[in-house]
Amino acid sequence: MARESSKPRFVWEDPFLIEDQLDEEERMIRDSVRTYCRKQLMPRVLEGFRHERFDREIMREMGALGMLGSTIDGYGCPGLNHVAYGLIAHEVESVDSGYRSAMSVQSSLVMHPIHAYGSEAQREKYLPGLATGDLVGCFGLTEPDHGSDPGGMKTRARRKGGDWVLNGSKMWITNSPIADVFVVWAKDEDDVIRGFVLEEGMKGLEAPVIEGKFSLRASITGSIAMNDVRVPEANLLPGVEGLKGPFGCLNKARYGISWGAMGAAGFCWQAARNYTLEREQFGRPLAANQLIQKKLADMQTEIALGLQGALRVGRLMDAGRATPEMVSLVKRNSCGKALEIARTARDMHGGNGVSDEYHVIRHVLNLEAVNTYEGTHDVHALILGRAQTGIQAFY
Amino acid sequence: MKLMVSVKRVVDYNVRIQVKPDGSGVVTDGVKMSMNPFDEIAMEEALRIKEAGNAEEIIAVTIGEQKAQEQLRTALAMGADRAIHVEVDEDIQPLTAARVLKALADKEQPGMVLLGKQAIDDDQGQTGQMLAALWDRPQATFASKVDLDGQKAKVTREVDAGLETIEVDLPAVVTTDLRLNEPRYVKLPDIMKAKKKPIDTTSLADLGVEAAPGLKVTNTAPPPERQGGKKVESVDELVSELKNRGLI
Repeated sequence: MARESSKPRFVWEDPFLIEDQLDEEERMIRDSVRTYCRKQLMPRVLEGFRHERFDREIMREMGALGMLGSTIDGYGCPGLNHVAYGLIAHEVESVDSGYRSAMSVQSSLVMHPIHAYGSEAQREKYLPGLATGDLVGCFGLTEPDHGSDPGGMKTRARRKGGDWVLNGSKMWITNSPIADVFVVWAKDEDDVIRGFVLEEGMKGLEAPVIEGKFSLRASITGSIAMNDVRVPEANLLPGVEGLKGPFGCLNKARYGISWGAMGAAGFCWQAARNYTLEREQFGRPLAANQLIQKKLADMQTEIALGLQGALRVGRLMDAGRATPEMVSLVKRNSCGKALEIARTARDMHGGNGVSDEYHVIRHVLNLEAVNTYEGTHDVHALILGRAQTGIQAFY
Repeated sequence: MKLMVSVKRVVDYNVRIQVKPDGSGVVTDGVKMSMNPFDEIAMEEALRIKEAGNAEEIIAVTIGEQKAQEQLRTALAMGADRAIHVEVDEDIQPLTAARVLKALADKEQPGMVLLGKQAIDDDQGQTGQMLAALWDRPQATFASKVDLDGQKAKVTREVDAGLETIEVDLPAVVTTDLRLNEPRYVKLPDIMKAKKKPIDTTSLADLGVEAAPGLKVTNTAPPPERQGGKKVESVDELVSELKNRGLI
């Protein structure tokens, strides 16, 4: 054990020493998840992405480790803080945004609303199975004609006898084709948005795969078609009404994305650094060129700042002091910057950059979706614009 | 039966090691530290022995600085029941470690002490053997398979000639090789539970152990940089190149 030297050393991989700002448990959680991701997810992702295949077993593996619904305390979930949740998202997404999407949807968009807005009976019925990954969940908010404007949704829930009848369609739904549980948002007869838990096998419910995505190909995406689906009153989420229901879920997921996108960016940065150090042209490494070093410096800077921001919002969230605007800021920043970093890293890889063997092009393609879903880059700008001018500019 | 597993805090195996400019050692400041991978295998083996119903309690032990408690927490999260931290700020030499483990073995009376065959920091590979001598118990080193049978253990060892299977009486010292098992992923709920498991802190003085300053590191140097390869056209050219360089 060497004595600590008194002169501070610059750690280029972790310029602001995020490592020091995590507690022992957070580091252990990160390390355990990192080991799993590198040993179990990384070897599968190339084939998964190339052939548009999601291995259902991944959900059970994540469940066995305690990665699903990890911030929930009880119902088979470990009750981690939000910083730990962010670290998990970061590790998973440094492998692939699609795997992180599958995990975030289950955790933040399915388990969180059932936990936060569901009845005790609903929690006990769904959460333990979702926590182990024996059940897969999906979240239906976006519609073919309503993306950034979910308040305009056309999906309707009418009362019929003691039940509800749902009609409508949802689009771009992660996990829907393999889902057992569907958290679906619909307007009731008074135009109030309500949440429902639908189950696979309900009559009139279908979830076909969307083929031909050039992004998130290692995770499965589908639509949801509801044609007179009869849903018992017991499947209505009783704890929330209005857009704040889905927005509360999205807030958690978006926060996780702020860490996750930086994970993807971090992979691309390190790959670009390694590649340009090893690749020689004109008799010297590419990394010996000022143009390359400038790009590496930009990547390092944005990732260091981005992670520091995500960590700060996580700490505030754990203290109950985070606001949706903060989450908009870090989600928007992380995604935009990560996409830029991935594109630049692709460029630095030259021709090899377009081969999936080098993984960077996969991150570029994934981040195109990550920058768009859960509030586009521009829509989050409008949230921040409204917050400082007091003028909404959505329409 | 109790099992005692010794775990060491070392620089993580993924870290590219940097030697300090003055040659006094390697840089650990701001460097990721982990449990010695061979000790992780020892820990996993202990868990499997306990899960098979052949042991009741697993005690994880570490010797080192305050921060080495992190590695004990990892052992507790993997499934150890309790932990002992022997707090020492100086470098630990194999003989000191063996003396500490002997003192703890006297106190705890384990049926088996498991530890990695070596630590990946200094690669000494002596502690297990020294412990067996001091404790006056059998040793089964470089284990790639461990089977318990009452008061005996059948251990397959990885030796130069292949595999050798020996039988030892318990209590015994077992040092673990790479192929013994694949350690489990630490489950996140278990990390939370590990917080509540006890770590006892003690010192060399409490254990009546004298540090053994037998070894002195005089210099640390990085390995020479690898030279670029060269392609040869034929076997003859290869042979003559090797001869020219005095390699054959």
